[in-house]
Amino acid sequence: MTTSDAPPVAALPLPSLEPLRLIDDDGCRTAQPHRAGFDLPDTETLRMLLRAMVVGRRFDSQAAALAKQGRLAVYPSSRGQEACQVGGVLALAEQDWLFPTYRDSVALTARGVDPVEVLTLLRGDWHCGYDPKAYRCAPQCTPLATNASHAVGLTYAARRKGSDTAALVLMGDGATSEGDAHEAYNFAAVWNTPVVFLIQNNEWAISVPLHKQSAAPTLAHKAVGYGMRGYHVDGNDAAAVHAVVARALAEARSGGGPALIEARTYRTEPHTNSDDPTRYRDEAEADRWRRRDPLARLEALLRSDDAVDDAQLAEYASRAERLAESVRTRLAHEPHRSTDELFSHVYAEPTPALRRQRAGVREAAARAERGGASNGGR
Amino acid sequence: MAGYTLGGALNRALRDALAADPDVVVYGEDVGRLGGVFRVTDGLGAEFGEDRCFDSPLAESGIAGTAVGMAMYGRRPVVEMQFDAFAYPAFQQVVSHVAKMRNRTRGRVELPLVIRIPYGGGIGAVEHHGDSSEAYYAHTPGLRVVTPATASDGYSLLREAVESPDPVVFLEPKRRYWARAELDLPVRTAPMDRAVVRRPGADLTVIAYGPTVDTALAAAEALAEEGREAEVVDLRSLSPLDDETVAASVRRTGRALVVHEAHEFGGFGAEIAARMTERCFHHLEAPVLRVCGLDVPYPPPHLEEFHLPSADRILDAVDRLQWESSWVPGASGPRPEASRTEVGA
Ligand SMILES: Cc1ncc(C[n+]2csc(CCOP(=O)(O)OP(=O)(O)O)c2C)c(N)n1
Repeated sequence: MTTSDAPPVAALPLPSLEPLRLIDDDGCRTAQPHRAGFDLPDTETLRMLLRAMVVGRRFDSQAAALAKQGRLAVYPSSRGQEACQVGGVLALAEQDWLFPTYRDSVALTARGVDPVEVLTLLRGDWHCGYDPKAYRCAPQCTPLATNASHAVGLTYAARRKGSDTAALVLMGDGATSEGDAHEAYNFAAVWNTPVVFLIQNNEWAISVPLHKQSAAPTLAHKAVGYGMRGYHVDGNDAAAVHAVVARALAEARSGGGPALIEARTYRTEPHTNSDDPTRYRDEAEADRWRRRDPLARLEALLRSDDAVDDAQLAEYASRAERLAESVRTRLAHEPHRSTDELFSHVYAEPTPALRRQRAGVREAAARAERGGASNGGR
Repeated sequence: MAGYTLGGALNRALRDALAADPDVVVYGEDVGRLGGVFRVTDGLGAEFGEDRCFDSPLAESGIAGTAVGMAMYGRRPVVEMQFDAFAYPAFQQVVSHVAKMRNRTRGRVELPLVIRIPYGGGIGAVEHHGDSSEAYYAHTPGLRVVTPATASDGYSLLREAVESPDPVVFLEPKRRYWARAELDLPVRTAPMDRAVVRRPGADLTVIAYGPTVDTALAAAEALAEEGREAEVVDLRSLSPLDDETVAASVRRTGRALVVHEAHEFGGFGAEIAARMTERCFHHLEAPVLRVCGLDVPYPPPHLEEFHLPSADRILDAVDRLQWESSWVPGASGPRPEASRTEVGA
């Protein structure tokens, strides 16, 4: 005998082929129908978005410079994607969690993580430089799409404990091809967990363009097959990204289920500092996108509304400069290396075998220190 | 009839763990209403409710990945992978996240979760239902890998696995599920990371775990009739490995044999052989030998008897534990002259 407790079927609208925009490329308010029932966030929120993007961009360019100088092991820039990262993160509430990838350093700074802690991974000091629980930010995820099911499990657990914690998962267009993405979307929808998946479709997965990645009309359409809401948004419009993520989070929080958002943006820089985009893309394409700059668009709108002035913009810029300066000076110090740390965090307690290896490495490190020789001082 | 099967003991362990800690949750494919295809979760959904024991979508990576997230939020998930070879889709999550989260976060995020996997052959199942995948997991730092051979260990190890601050891959020898033992539960046996001597003996050491412990004991019984006493060590934990207990036994007996169902090549037996060579070289009277599954994909049921280590194969190997007969056919060069005269064991 079987019984079914399946919920009633409800039809989900297909996401629109045109991405939702609240601000056009020139920084003007868009007219209906592009607004699709979404309102421009209030001026205070728009200013906050602009300020965070200005700071984020400066942080990004500073990090890219440090990578060039060899101070970072690698840096994947998110220049041009600030509207997605900042717009998404600033919609989160205090108790919510962020699940970022390697490209989302700007998102982490917008969440309030110390920028030097953000760069710890990319600097090669340690895998995750910040305390995930303190900031409610999962470690930056390198294996593609694997962070998505973590968010589903975490919000599921939170709901069972009576918390209204929601989560924002950041992932790329390439990551949506991974099986883990499908499993996470499906789990989230079946379990009705408050997770918002924000896909930063930046057109390229290293050298592979979107049309070789997916045959879906938009990535947002994928949502419908899982039984969740899908939104298609202009990813260079911080106001639109913020509005859509905020609504999706609110709906998810109140039991409306997860959502999948495709934000259309572009990676204007190489995949990482060691990538050569001239091998696979036309720089004229990147230039076209550089002219749709998310910072310039929002700034133009706020200026035409007289909602920011030169003094305020100068204040944002100097705030950004102070942050860059602090990152530079703090990263100029060599990190303190403790070989014991290699063994301290494998298990709750090091096993006898790890204790033996720890003693061996300690000895080698001490010898190297004494002799300064690369062969361990022998 | 009194007593418990291994499956029943595991069920009782889960029930007691659910009752002891409200953060424990049990889920996976078919574990709710059906109670798991091996019935290890039988009745738990009814007793503890859908919040504590439930069916998940059919997706192993998603099961492991959601368990990561739940553990990050302070729950203690115990998830079931239906069969050994169907846990492979979750391998990425297990190796890249479950095993590494503590390390990646410098100890700030620990993942106290258990992944239960029925493993190994001998039940006449068709393909993909008989793999012994322990070496993959044991090779991965950050995971604990344990496998019970008895009902009492089934109970005790599972309770400890759930209480462990580290993630545990809990391998259940599926052909032992129905083996019955007279015992009262709850019972706590040796600590999780300890090997135990199942049968003492002075002449040689047979090292086994999970499904092969009983085979090793049967071989020891037969040897005893010939007047040779085999010591049988049950590893219980493959990672971390209690090589101290194993080495103490091997130093006493001077001869060692490892028995496992998994393929010989690159298998867990190689690790034991290497360790015993390093730790007991001057005590060894013969090379450490292995009796393992063949280096073939797990065979169809009608041929699995040739793959699985049997008591007879163990006895044959014991005969080769003499110095002069330890030459391995196929090894390069001619068979060497016996250079020692003593005949031990
Ligand atoms: C599972 C997995 N496969 C391959 C890689 C190597 N890799 C790193 S980034 C990348 C492209 C990802 O593209 P996308 O998801 O669009 O994100 P983007 O880098 O554009 O932000 C690949 C293939 C990986 N990190 N993880």
